[in-house]
Formats: sequence, structure tokens, C-alpha cells
Amino acid sequence: MAVKFRKDLFADERDDSLAEIGRPTIRQDIQGHVTGRSPFYDDRHFDGLLHVRCVRSPHHHARIRSIDSSRAEAMPGVVRLIRPRDVPRNLNTLLSLIGFGRDDEPLLAERKVAYVGEPVLAVIATSAAAAETAAAAVTVDWEVLPHVLDVEEALGPGAPVVNDEYPNNSFDYHDRYDHQKLRFGDAESAFAAADRIVEGEYQMSPIEQAPLETCGAIAAPETGGRIACYTATQALFFSIGVTGKLLEIPSSRLHFIGGTVGGGFGGKVDSHHEPVAVLGAMLTGRPVKYMWDRAEEMQVGGPRGGERWRIRDGVMRDGRITARAFTGFFDAGAYTRLSSYAVQKATGHLPGPYTIPNVASNVYCVYTNRTPSTAMRGFGITAVDFAIECQMDRVAEAVGMDPIELRILNAYRDGDMKAHRRSAKNCALIESCQVAAEKAGWRLSAEAMAQSSRIGGGTGWRGEIPETVTDDEGRIGERRRSGLAPEPFSGAGARGRVAAGAASDHPATGNAPQREDMVAEAARLGFRIDSGAPQPAARPAAPALAASGDEPRAPAAAAAPALPPGHALPAPPPAQPRREPDADGPAAQVRPGVRRPGVSPFISGSRRR
Amino acid sequence: MSGTPVTFTLNGAAAGGFADPGGNLLDLLRRGVGDRTPKYGCGQGSCGACTVLVDGAPRLACITLAESVAGRDVRTAAGLGDGAGLGALQQAFVDHFAAQCGYCTPGMLMAATALLERDPNPSRDAVVDAIGGNICRCTGYEPIVEAILAAARGAREAR
Repeated sequence: MAVKFRKDLFADERDDSLAEIGRPTIRQDIQGHVTGRSPFYDDRHFDGLLHVRCVRSPHHHARIRSIDSSRAEAMPGVVRLIRPRDVPRNLNTLLSLIGFGRDDEPLLAERKVAYVGEPVLAVIATSAAAAETAAAAVTVDWEVLPHVLDVEEALGPGAPVVNDEYPNNSFDYHDRYDHQKLRFGDAESAFAAADRIVEGEYQMSPIEQAPLETCGAIAAPETGGRIACYTATQALFFSIGVTGKLLEIPSSRLHFIGGTVGGGFGGKVDSHHEPVAVLGAMLTGRPVKYMWDRAEEMQVGGPRGGERWRIRDGVMRDGRITARAFTGFFDAGAYTRLSSYAVQKATGHLPGPYTIPNVASNVYCVYTNRTPSTAMRGFGITAVDFAIECQMDRVAEAVGMDPIELRILNAYRDGDMKAHRRSAKNCALIESCQVAAEKAGWRLSAEAMAQSSRIGGGTGWRGEIPETVTDDEGRIGERRRSGLAPEPFSGAGARGRVAAGAASDHPATGNAPQREDMVAEAARLGFRIDSGAPQPAARPAAPALAASGDEPRAPAAAAAPALPPGHALPAPPPAQPRREPDADGPAAQVRPGVRRPGVSPFISGSRRR
Repeated sequence: MSGTPVTFTLNGAAAGGFADPGGNLLDLLRRGVGDRTPKYGCGQGSCGACTVLVDGAPRLACITLAESVAGRDVRTAAGLGDGAGLGALQQAFVDHFAAQCGYCTPGMLMAATALLERDPNPSRDAVVDAIGGNICRCTGYEPIVEAILAAARGAREAR
């Protein structure tokens, strides 16, 4: 149902002019900023305020044998400790609130730590100094474990298991795949037909958001069992949800006050401080502040994740890029947080703003013993954009072409088919290049200056997109087998084909699922696919279409994707000898949140080797 | 509250509080006196968010001993207003979009105040130098420099 705007209501009281661009506008919060009265969370003062300091791991990876806190507990000013067992549900993953990923991170580590600075115990004391002194007096008997800090080493044979929930050191996509895949067209054939192959590897380091106001929160008991929480969070409702989940209390008991953030840049979405402060207030009955100092902010605060990208381009002599393959490694650090989503975002961005008819990508969300990564300004996009644009310059050099003209030649135009089978709309890269060149005094050829995003899209070579290659089991792309290290794209085993950009009847997006196992998972998308048949029980994290063979299927699941004539789906392959036949097939029962050891050679629960 | 009593002038009025042994001026102002305009950013004198004026000179409150301001004149962003309204420098920050998250703003204002009192006609370089110890992570330096120069211009024209 389309939204209808009732412009007739209050028309005389409203100025509908949207001509704001080019006009100065006064920020609504600037009066508070210039008077120093903007209410940052730490500007709230409470009598009897208590302070929290955490005992943290000095090791990248270690098992906790025992903790001796007796000296700390006896110190002046110490009110009490928060131990892992004080946290009612000491395991969470940020995106569990939208049913994405499995709980993998404790609020306070109980058995082992997986990065330097991981908290194992919190001390509550009457002053920050007393809490700090007491935290330093806690002795932990560590059993230091081997650690891994490099994404590819983490995926290699014999790497230490960083995150018990993901023993392959990689996030499980769609509960089936150890990487996020993208296939469009037939990259292997296009590489074979290309005049030149241009390859590059690009590495972006982690970056700390470094907000001027460090992360923190103050919780104070209100009446009727409610707890007020003043917080620096960028994501108030995330923080409420996480706090309610970890502490197993309804959100109606949580009164969160935020919105004034002293710089966030993504680093204030992790929701660590609120549950600690609220739990402290519940345990002591007093107001409790948990605030990072600058050193903690820099060491423990989740940065933008490091990323490594390999790009392989097939290029024609005239500068057209006809094939592009990516292998990406996103460093999640020790826990998932938002990195799983960052990889999907990155994949959604490929192959950059260019019309390339054959694209293949495998991106891994990898666990290492580094500080867990989190959001930061365009995370998932900036690093691969850096890689893509460096690669574009390399391609320009390889074919002896002006780098801006190369971009204009390959840029998306309105009507081009993108690698995600969406038609490109409102494109402006060509015009942006032209304006940038003009402003920089960079001379472009008359031909390049005459190009337009509105002309030629989807026609000629721009519209010639081969059908997408599938593997011998009818899936998009090749799959990794047990015992193999992560491999770049290869076209091996290609047999079936799927039309690019087929239109359609997907209940959520209007796009056709390409394969049965790619149909929308209703519960994940947050809507119900009405099949007229019994639906699986509505559990927030349960994909609804985990139909086993004899269960009724939703019509959307059964609908065959539209295929052009002569391109029937490949017949099911002859049964391969397997430990558990069909366990990894499209119809396999999927139980998110539950590990299934030994189910498949490439999905969660089993070691890769 | 325990600690050493410290009395001083704060924004022209008598003020006082108890300083913890070794306690810093930032804690004394924020918790002891209740002036929350200076901010904690680093606690190690590297970000400038806690900048205040002591006898007219910019000082980093987080690394200034609280007891050292006894009997001296301390000024913070809370004293920059013109009655209930904004002071000229504050107004220039408003007009030039010189704040984004606002956390560095009180420190920036105090560093700029010290400069303009010392040098009413600062060059751009002098302005950049004066706020050289103040970090803005929202990348707002250019509007801040513009705002300070505009405030200086305004003061000249008013004379």
C-alpha cells in the first residue's frame, strides 16, 4: 500500500519549500554546544555515584584457570564485584536482535579470553581511583593459548579456534556458507577471453573511531524497579535490547536517556557499558557509572575492521573491464558484532560503480585474536572502495588509458544491469568524473566529455551479460570442500546456468529467487510468507523455510526461477558418498543458534579439517 | 567530602570545593563545584577538551593540580555568555557551524578566548596555532577557524 501524504492538512501552517540546499541552517543543538550545556551523559551528577573498572586480559588468547579477587574485595572503597555468573544471560551477539548470527560474545569472559583487553571481572567502588586500584589487585591465573592475528592464517590449517561458536574462524552465512558469495555472469570464460589480466592486493588497517567523549553510561535506580540509564550510545534501542537480553529483564524496566553523543563515528553502538552499569545499579541499589578512560577507548573500543582484498580483472585493450573477481577477508576480531553485516554490505557494493558483465566474489568474515571490530563510517564499503579505485588506476596503467576516462568508459549508466540483478538508476559517476576533472584542470578527451549516464545504458556490450555459472550441484559458484584452505574464485565445475537479472515475484523484493535455496526466509525478513500452510513456530531467529522433505513448502519456495529456453536447471547430481547425505542440501533443516557438529564439511559446527 | 579546601574565583564569582589528594582541576570543577562545561576527553593533556583559563592563560584542567588554582582567577565556557544571551565568540560559533558533536566546543571556545584577549587581530596562522592543542574529531577545524576570525572581525568593527 502506497503511503499517501495529506498535504491538505495544516497547509496554512506549514512551509513546504524544500529549497534548503545552499542556504545556511542553524543546528538545533548548537546553543547547548556553545554554552557547554548540551547534556552529555557524564554531565549528570548523582549523590553516592559508584564507579566501575574492569579487570582485563593482558593476553591475545588465554584460558582462565582461576581468579583471586580476595585482596581487591578487601580494599577501601570497593563495594562489590561483578562476575560472569552475575550476568543472567552472559552471551550475546549484537545482531541477534534482528535474528542475524548466533550469540558468541560474553559480557564478561568466564572460561577464556580471545583478545587483549577482554574484560573478565568488573569492580564497583566509591571512586574511579579506588576501582582502578582494586582491579589492578585482582590476580588471574592465565593459561596462555596460541593466538592468530592474521585473517588468512586464521583460515589456514591448524589455526587456533578464536571463537568457540564459529570453530572454523569464519562466520556462517545463511547458516550454510563459510563466506558470502556473489556470482554474476561467467567470469572464468571472460578471463579466458580478456586481452589483459590485472591483479592487485589491497590491505586496509583497522581504524579506531576515537570519539572525543569516551564510551560510557550511568545507571541509577528509579522507582518501581525501573533503572534509568544515561548513555553515550549511538543506538539507544540497540542498547536497550542488548541490556534487556543480557540481564533478562523486560525493556519496560529500562528508562534510557541518550541522544547527546560526544562523537560516535560508529564506535558507540556496541552496547557494553549500559548492561554493566545497569547490572551494577541493580546489584548495589546505587547509581553506577561505567566509563572508559582514553587508554581503554583506544585499546578495547571496537575499531573499523581491517580488510584484505584481492582483485583480478579481465580487461580488453580498449579499456572495458569484462570480468572482475574478488577474494576478500574481513577481520572481525574475536567476536562477530557487526562484521557479518559489513561483509554483506561489502558484497552488495561489488564490483564498485562499474558495469562489468562478469563478477565473482568470495568474502570471508574471519575471526582473529584482535579487538572485535564494529561499525565505523561506511564500514564494509570504504576498504573495498579503496581497493577498487586503486585497482582502476592499475587497470588504466595496464591499458595505457587516462584513469578518469577509464572510469567514464566503465561507469554505471541508467539501465545497466548491476551484479545484484538490479537495474542501475539515477547514475552520476560519469558526470562526477567530468566535473572533478574540470575542477582539477585535468583535460579529458572530447569523447569522454560527451558521455552521459543517461545514454547508452543496457545497450551494446553493456547489455551483453552471460548467464550466471552454477556449480555441479546447481548452486551459484563453486564451494569449498573439507580440508582446503580458502581459495579465490575459480570456475571449476561449472555446468548449470542461471539468467542474469530475471524479473519477478519475490514476496519481499519483487525479484525472483534464482534457486530454491535462495528464497526469502520470512522470519529473517520480518514478514510472513502466506502459504496457506502451517508455518514453523515464530521464533525470532528461526528461518521459516527450513523445510524438511515431507513438510509442506511455501509456494515461494517451490516456485522455479524463470529460466530462458534451453537453460533448464541442472538435474540433481548423482548422490555423492557423504557422512550425512543431504544434510547440507537446500532442504536441510537449519537450526540457528544450535551447533551441528559434523553436519557438513563446510558449514558451522565442524572444524574445516 | 574529604580533601583540601580550595577557594578561587570562577567566572568572576567566589567558588570553592574540596580537592582530593593529587586531584585535578577538572574533577574539582565538574564534581566539586558543579561546572560541567570543561569535558573529559583523555585525562592526559592531549586533547584540549578540558581547556580553561587560569589568570587568563589556557590550561588543561585534567593535568592541572586542583590545589594550584587557590586564590586565582579561573574561567570556563560557563562564563562566556552575555547575560542570558550568547557572547560574541559563541554567536560566531553558531553562525559558522563551528560545532558538530559539541564535545570539543567549550575547550575550543576557551582557547580562542585566550587568543583574542592576547591578540585582538590574529592572523589565520595565529588562530590555527591557538587551537593547535584542541582536537576536534568531527573534522570541524575550518569552520572553527572561520568563527574565531569572524569574532575578531566583529570586535574590530564594534570598536
